[in-house]
Amino acid sequence: MEVEKGRGGFLLSTVEFFLNHARARSFWPVTYGLACCAIEMMAAGGARFDIARFGYEVFRASPRQADLMIVAGTVTNKMAPLLVRLYEQMPEPKWVVAMGSCACSGGPFVDSYNVVKGVDTLVPVDVYVPGCPPRPEALFDGLLKLRAKVINPRVAKVAGDAR
Amino acid sequence: MASVETVFLSGDQWLKNWLFSWGMPESWVFLCTVVVYAVAVLLFVFANVIFLVYLERKVAGYMQQRLGPNRVGPGGIFQCVADALKLLGKEDIIPASADRGLFRLASLLIFIPATMLFVVIPFGREMIVADLNVGLLYFIAVGSTATIAVLMGGWSANNKYSLLGSMRAVAQMISYEIPLAFSLLGVIMLAGSLRMSEIVAAQKDLWFVVLQPVAFITYFIAATAELNRGPFDLPEGEQEIIAGPFVEYSGMRYALFFLAEYANLVSVSALAVTLFFGGWQGPWLPSWLWFVIKVYFMIFLFMWVKWTFPRIRVDHLMGLAWKFLLPVSLVNVFVTGTAIKLFQAMGW
Repeated sequence: MEVEKGRGGFLLSTVEFFLNHARARSFWPVTYGLACCAIEMMAAGGARFDIARFGYEVFRASPRQADLMIVAGTVTNKMAPLLVRLYEQMPEPKWVVAMGSCACSGGPFVDSYNVVKGVDTLVPVDVYVPGCPPRPEALFDGLLKLRAKVINPRVAKVAGDAR
Repeated sequence: MASVETVFLSGDQWLKNWLFSWGMPESWVFLCTVVVYAVAVLLFVFANVIFLVYLERKVAGYMQQRLGPNRVGPGGIFQCVADALKLLGKEDIIPASADRGLFRLASLLIFIPATMLFVVIPFGREMIVADLNVGLLYFIAVGSTATIAVLMGGWSANNKYSLLGSMRAVAQMISYEIPLAFSLLGVIMLAGSLRMSEIVAAQKDLWFVVLQPVAFITYFIAATAELNRGPFDLPEGEQEIIAGPFVEYSGMRYALFFLAEYANLVSVSALAVTLFFGGWQGPWLPSWLWFVIKVYFMIFLFMWVKWTFPRIRVDHLMGLAWKFLLPVSLVNVFVTGTAIKLFQAMGW
């Protein structure tokens, strides 16, 4: 890989390195559930699975203080504008995890007149977690994938170029 | 042992001697030491706050039979460092309809009384920044000004939830200020002084928590409400009003409110230790270490209560302050006064 020119010097890239490591270890999700996947998301916060081990347990009710939107469930056409508004209210840098088949692609309801066919038609999605619903372990795996992505911004960029 | 006891005092003396050796006039040396004291207090506050947020998440975890943060650093000790760094790097949003000046000012203003409170706290033997003769009054007076910053933040954001939250916070903090002050009166009557060092000295033989158990319990409940901590966290009640006065705050501005909350937790616990648990006094260990141990015990009590009890209802909250705590603390003042007069008459 050749080094890109004109992007940050030693100082800025070092700051960016530390900030990325900090960001990757403290995602604060919005308290926001749409359907049955949200129940699995809540189970992830409980004692059996304990999302707090990774430091991601700080579910903030206000989008202003959140970094991560876990779209947990079916997005209906009626909910879509509110989802976009919530996303826009979050401060940068922010990430989106599509949790479950419905958020990924519309899932079993993809033929419905009222279901958005994948949340990536509304907001940019960073990690897709398939499953109907995905178990809490699957959600953790998705969050750890997001952690790897945030720590190595080049990975995301290369993948983006490939597409 | 003696050198450990006086490590901070001798450091202070060494600094003064060093500055004098440069040929500085006395007023300049005084100014420099004040700056050093201020930095020392700020460092103490920040270090404690960072550790307390981690401790709170760990305690919450163990109370709920979870592990709590354990991935970042050994035992997750650097979790809050990561959080603080992340908050530094977040976008600073000021809503379009907000009163920009007030909105910015409130987040800074909340931190000033929180740090000013530490000026009158005796951290150890002769380790007090300013031993005012009205130390306790200063603490109560400065502590109550934090209400203004909370109201300012809630009002200026121009959001209905933040306004509701800040009005709740003001109602709660002003109501509980009264039983808080009255619960301290019993201690003041026993010590016969408002000066912190004399209150600590008066507990040489017997801690005031033994003589004033009712006052301690009243103080503990009122202080929990003053801190807006659970079970009195109505101003922030997530289920009802999102995040209370802080709804529109993001990034570092929100972190400042968060920091002030935990700084207040430290100062309120430090005051409880000074008034009821003999301050820095204790056998064998250095005085400042005793102080820290006692303060952390008090903080653990606050956390224990927070993660054990469900949130109280608004009308019950006001009823508890005005119909229960206030009469109880008044009766306590009356009984204490009568007992003191009685003992004096009997010549004890």
